Amino acid sequence: MSASQPVTAPSRLFLSGNEAVARAVWEAGTRVAAAYPGTPSTEILEVLAGYPDLYAEWSINEKVSLEVALGASMMGARAFCAMKHVGLNVASDALMTMTVTGTEGGLVIAVADDVGMSSSQNEQDSRFWGRFAHVPVLEPADSQEAYAMTLAAFDLSERYRTPVILRLTTRICHVKGLVLAGERREVEPGGFQKDPRRWVMVPGNAKPRLPLMFERERALREESAASPLNFAVAGRDRRIGFVATGPAFMHVREAFPDAPVFKLGLSCPPPLERLRIFAETVDELVVVEETEPLLEGEIKAAGIACRGKDLLPSIGELAPDVLERGIARLRGEAAPEPEVVAPQQVFPRPPTMCIACPHLGVYYTLSQMRNIVISGDIGCYTLGAGHPWNALDTCISMGASMGVALGMDKGRGAVDANKKIVAVIGDSTFMHMGLQGLLDIAWNRGNVTVLLLDNRAVGMTGGQDNPGTGRDLRGNETPRVDFAALCEAVGVRRERIRVVDPYQLPVLFKALREETKIEEPSVIITDRPCVLIDHYTPTKPYEVIDDRCTGCGNCLEVGCPAIHVTRRENTVKASGKEVELAFVRIDTAGCTGCGLCVQPCAPEAIVHAEPAVQAVPFVRK
Amino acid sequence: MPEISKTTNILVCGVGGQGVMTATEILAEAALSLGFDVKKTEVAGMSQRGGVVTSHLRFGAQVRSPQILPGEADLLVGFEAAEALRWGHMLRPGAAALVNSGRIVPPVVNVGLFDYPDDPVAQMRTLGLAVYAFDASSLAQQLGNIRLGNTVMLGASADRLPFPAEVLRDAVLARFSARKPHLAEINREAFEAGRQAVAAAALAA
Repeated sequence: MSASQPVTAPSRLFLSGNEAVARAVWEAGTRVAAAYPGTPSTEILEVLAGYPDLYAEWSINEKVSLEVALGASMMGARAFCAMKHVGLNVASDALMTMTVTGTEGGLVIAVADDVGMSSSQNEQDSRFWGRFAHVPVLEPADSQEAYAMTLAAFDLSERYRTPVILRLTTRICHVKGLVLAGERREVEPGGFQKDPRRWVMVPGNAKPRLPLMFERERALREESAASPLNFAVAGRDRRIGFVATGPAFMHVREAFPDAPVFKLGLSCPPPLERLRIFAETVDELVVVEETEPLLEGEIKAAGIACRGKDLLPSIGELAPDVLERGIARLRGEAAPEPEVVAPQQVFPRPPTMCIACPHLGVYYTLSQMRNIVISGDIGCYTLGAGHPWNALDTCISMGASMGVALGMDKGRGAVDANKKIVAVIGDSTFMHMGLQGLLDIAWNRGNVTVLLLDNRAVGMTGGQDNPGTGRDLRGNETPRVDFAALCEAVGVRRERIRVVDPYQLPVLFKALREETKIEEPSVIITDRPCVLIDHYTPTKPYEVIDDRCTGCGNCLEVGCPAIHVTRRENTVKASGKEVELAFVRIDTAGCTGCGLCVQPCAPEAIVHAEPAVQAVPFVRK
Repeated sequence: MPEISKTTNILVCGVGGQGVMTATEILAEAALSLGFDVKKTEVAGMSQRGGVVTSHLRFGAQVRSPQILPGEADLLVGFEAAEALRWGHMLRPGAAALVNSGRIVPPVVNVGLFDYPDDPVAQMRTLGLAVYAFDASSLAQQLGNIRLGNTVMLGASADRLPFPAEVLRDAVLARFSARKPHLAEINREAFEAGRQAVAAAALAA
């Protein structure tokens, strides 16, 4: 996907936090920008790809993206990388040593916490990395600050020769607001300086650098104490003074416009002496931060009395009404009850797989198999855990399906002796972190059948390219990974590698049945593209002949959202068993003719729609 | 020029793929063109996969928090009937909901795990909400493409904004003229169709 953002003249732009960061990265004269897609950070690199005069790449994972940025920084170039919160877990190995070497060209790491978990496997407070790695953390509160702090982060990075973390949250990344933008300033790289004592981190070289890291942190404490990014907002109601960071600052201002607030922009290291002075001007100090009581603990450790997470949640997003309830508790008042109509119970509407998604056939097949344990992974196919398939037993972290499956095989006792162990992973997740796991399965001869769902896209984040698509971030042609050859190269026997069409249910079923019987590593690769990308071509749609539909509901087990129930009927079978029949229709305007639902339909009630209705392909933004 | 001191809160809701976010973006552009401070937010991590989408739009002299709180929306634009019901409590008492009565039935209802509400619009009315409903999905299909639904809904909201309907219409047309000029005329029609449909619904109510 190569999003294009027109390069506009300096002016007031209406930008999301992600777009504002991208704008500032470009203006800062950055030469190299790298990322792996991940909600809510994905759009930063997509937007950057539309700007000229810089190199931008999708990397295969966050660790590589950070190493790419570090390499550019070593050359004296300004460098940037972006990731979601769990991405920094992956990249942390590089981070924890580059804080020892320090950086040369300015290096900024934008890490976006999915606070509220709209699309993640966990919730994390990435600000801890600032303390762990002894690097500064900046926390913008809206798009304008995201822009300004990105520029400030490059400056800070170069003055202190340190990587800088720009900590974003969903309510920064995906909120649009007005931004006063500027123009790009070219920064010529200073060049690589050979200096093994700085860049070659062996114990003898790293040891003398550790004190430098702590000296830098001391200097940053002074920087923070004087920084204009940390400031007090006066207020006449001094009963409570707030300390706030990130989007929580806006919520405080919204809910308590008359209260004094100390706003922390450069929140790590915190300006504790300034906070002590501020605390003396108010009756009570309340720290408002997402998500963990991190600053609260540091402020308390400095001997400054404050409240925080005893009043406010440390899980999920804060909002003005959440603050109002917490403060009412502090004051011993009744929580304000807005005049609201009662919320109505409505069915849940979880995300679903798309009409004609190639994963539908995979999960339909898996749902029909018995005595099977399915080790899952992260992507659209995680939805296989839901209805109607219920065909995913684990989901932990990127690539974990491989190691978890191997451990299940090696750890099984007599009770699980006959279980078939299947790992399911998508193409992009496989290359991100799954490949090493497969290597481990092959090397250690695990009895695992791997389903590698190659849909030629990073589907969940919007169909970005990866090394399996043959295109890079800007849409240029690149070598395309040959998955079958790759699996063979890591040690899976050629006979145990099959490439199948996931729309051919009998073929897929047979392949799975055979490979799970053979007690050695095997890989089944499905090879049909994501329906949301431009590789996908819709074909003639289907419809249901009402008279032929027997209401058996087999087609519903495919899970395609184009199939709708028109009526239900209870009936008693010859055996005396009561069953509910569900008669269906197909949303012909949405159907793209994949033919999956046709296969389990015994009465042949599903036929091509006549006259053919032209399907409208979903066009990606 | 509308009164700028008060913040206006518009909540747009629907199902992933319906164009909720694009419609809200166009509403934002209209407000921006009048010089308002504007914030717009949504949580849309997995919404492309047929999940719930809400988009919050706030504009006024100065907007701080981007989130609309329960009971504070001045207008609810519901792209799908059950979704409008789901978010009805976000409305300020007495404020209006413009609702597409067209339904999108999710797989969890089709497989029989949950029921779709019998009449979401009637249920909203029993809560005392002012609901103006019409079938925007069918209207869009009659105009030739279900994707015109979001422009139809924008047209429906045009006469309930704190600025003239033409400002929103111009924002719709400006967007299409810039990106897909061949679609500008049909979007103009869709906009007017939505405007008229909601006026008829208001007369009937």
